[in-house]
Amino acid sequence: MIAFDYIRPGDAAEALQAAAERPGARFIAGGTNLLDLMKLGIERPRHLVDIGGLDLRTVSETPDGGLRIGALVSNAELAAHPLVRDRYPVLSQAILAGASGQLRNKATTGGNLLQRTRCYYFYDPASPCNKREPGSGCAALGGFNRIMAILGTSAHCIASHPSDMAVAMRALDARVETRLPEGTTGDRKLDTLYRLPGTTPHIEHTLAPGELITAVLLPPPVPGRHHYRKVRDRASYAFALVSVAAVVAVEDGRITQAALAFGGIGTMPWRDRAAEELLVGATPGQDLFERCADAVLARAQGHGGNDFKIPLLRRTLVACLTDLTEDAR
Amino acid sequence: MPWIEADESVPLTLSVNGVSHHLDVDARVTLLDALREHLQLTGTKKGCDHGQCGACTVLVNGRRINSCLSLAVMHRADEITTIEGLGTPDALHPLQAAFVETDGFQCGYCTSGQICSAIGMLDEWRAGWPSHAGAGAGPARTIDAAEIRERMSGNLCRCAAYPRIVEAITRYAAGEGAEA
Ligand SMILES: Cc1cc2nc3c(=O)[nH]c(=O)nc-3n(C[C@H](O)[C@H](O)[C@H](O)COP(=O)(O)OP(=O)(O)OC[C@H]3O[C@@H](n4cnc5c(N)ncnc54)[C@H](O)[C@@H]3O)c2cc1C
Ligand code: FES
Ligand code: FES
Repeated sequence: MIAFDYIRPGDAAEALQAAAERPGARFIAGGTNLLDLMKLGIERPRHLVDIGGLDLRTVSETPDGGLRIGALVSNAELAAHPLVRDRYPVLSQAILAGASGQLRNKATTGGNLLQRTRCYYFYDPASPCNKREPGSGCAALGGFNRIMAILGTSAHCIASHPSDMAVAMRALDARVETRLPEGTTGDRKLDTLYRLPGTTPHIEHTLAPGELITAVLLPPPVPGRHHYRKVRDRASYAFALVSVAAVVAVEDGRITQAALAFGGIGTMPWRDRAAEELLVGATPGQDLFERCADAVLARAQGHGGNDFKIPLLRRTLVACLTDLTEDAR
Repeated sequence: MPWIEADESVPLTLSVNGVSHHLDVDARVTLLDALREHLQLTGTKKGCDHGQCGACTVLVNGRRINSCLSLAVMHRADEITTIEGLGTPDALHPLQAAFVETDGFQCGYCTSGQICSAIGMLDEWRAGWPSHAGAGAGPARTIDAAEIRERMSGNLCRCAAYPRIVEAITRYAAGEGAEA
């Protein structure tokens, strides 16, 4: 780990000022991803702004009936929160399917959104990686790529986004509230927080330097059944090979509402609205679900070691939709 | 608090097992290394140093975390409990005693992490926190093996003493220790 200057501000204004003062400064929240990468020399911040002392730890209802989740709310507290369990169970389920009890106690909402890929080559400083060292090449393309993405990839990077929480938040149409060094605030859909790798896989999100995530906002809950289904190499404490977050409602034998997001398969937490539109208004059934999977996978591309994700996602999605609609048919 | 420059050491008070310790450390020192190398509290173990094994588990304000993925300077205001704070060789914590009774280990390297983790885990259980195993468990006096396995999955045991670890925790949880 290279040496860094350190500051622990008492409030958001001080944190923003500190980050603006020293260009290249990084926020550290739980530290469970950033410190891991700093120890390996993959992240090399020279200035660390510890935001652990900021008052961003509350979950509260918004006037419109939605939920405001402070950026420092721990993954464990969020998954256990009664309003989350009651109104957004897919979010609670997704968080609980990730990491370990210890990590969830430390990991924060903002940090989880911005955690970096678990691509082995990104983690190995001896390998070329366009994300870690722009222009050096992508070792995953011709290498072991079992865990890599099949959607949203480019000739420069096929690393998958590892978050479970963010997948559920995409299905729930979450928004990200920020504050900028100039004192202004930002509000964007989670959909636009992430960037596809394209030719610049090292640029992963749309936050400006020194822009602080202060909260995640969920809209009022939509009616429907919720389910997060994760497939992985062991029963617990493993990243997703593929995962599906689904919120589906059926009325009088027809699907009236469908939100679907996917983990493990995309270079960002994935959502496919065309596949959702196919479901709405239709009668649930195997045929329909297969066509929905066709739509999600239309542009999917395997790279050898991860070809299996294409049929695996299909089966996982069909199983998930079957579970959610079974007794409503 | 102003910036601490990279070449300066950080004066710091850490409260560990009810005792305040004054330290002067590099900002890069993790909580784990502060405990082991600076305070000679070597009961907490370093397995992977990357959040993957749970050997370094300690309780911070009663909640279990991986001390390897946290900086000591981030814990000035916290109350830290390590295995040394739970029991002593002469006065074992009831969960330590349960591990001895059930042979809940072989080499013992993971054990202090298992025990600190289980203490935190049972608090979470009593608070009604859900898990992937039950996804919606409420408060309860007893916890079953499937819940223990899922909730303890962040603690690896290289000797694979898992069946006895689950048994030790089950015994302790069923006894009065878990109700305290
Ligand atoms: C062994 C292991 C297994 C894991 N398994 C899973 C899993 O199965 N599923 C899963 O989803 N995750 C998993 N994780 C990842 C874990 O969820 C993340 O490490 C965690 O959520 C990151 O949160 P943090 O607060 O610790 O982030 P930090 O490490 O503090 O920060 C991460 C990044 O976010 C930035 N940041 C943090 N907060 C803010 C903010 N408020 N505003 C702007 N920028 C900010 C930081 O600058 C940094 O770039 C695992 C991690 C480990 C070590
Ligand atoms: S040493 Fe901390 S988790 Fe392995
Ligand atoms: S007893 Fe040896 S690692 Fe668990």
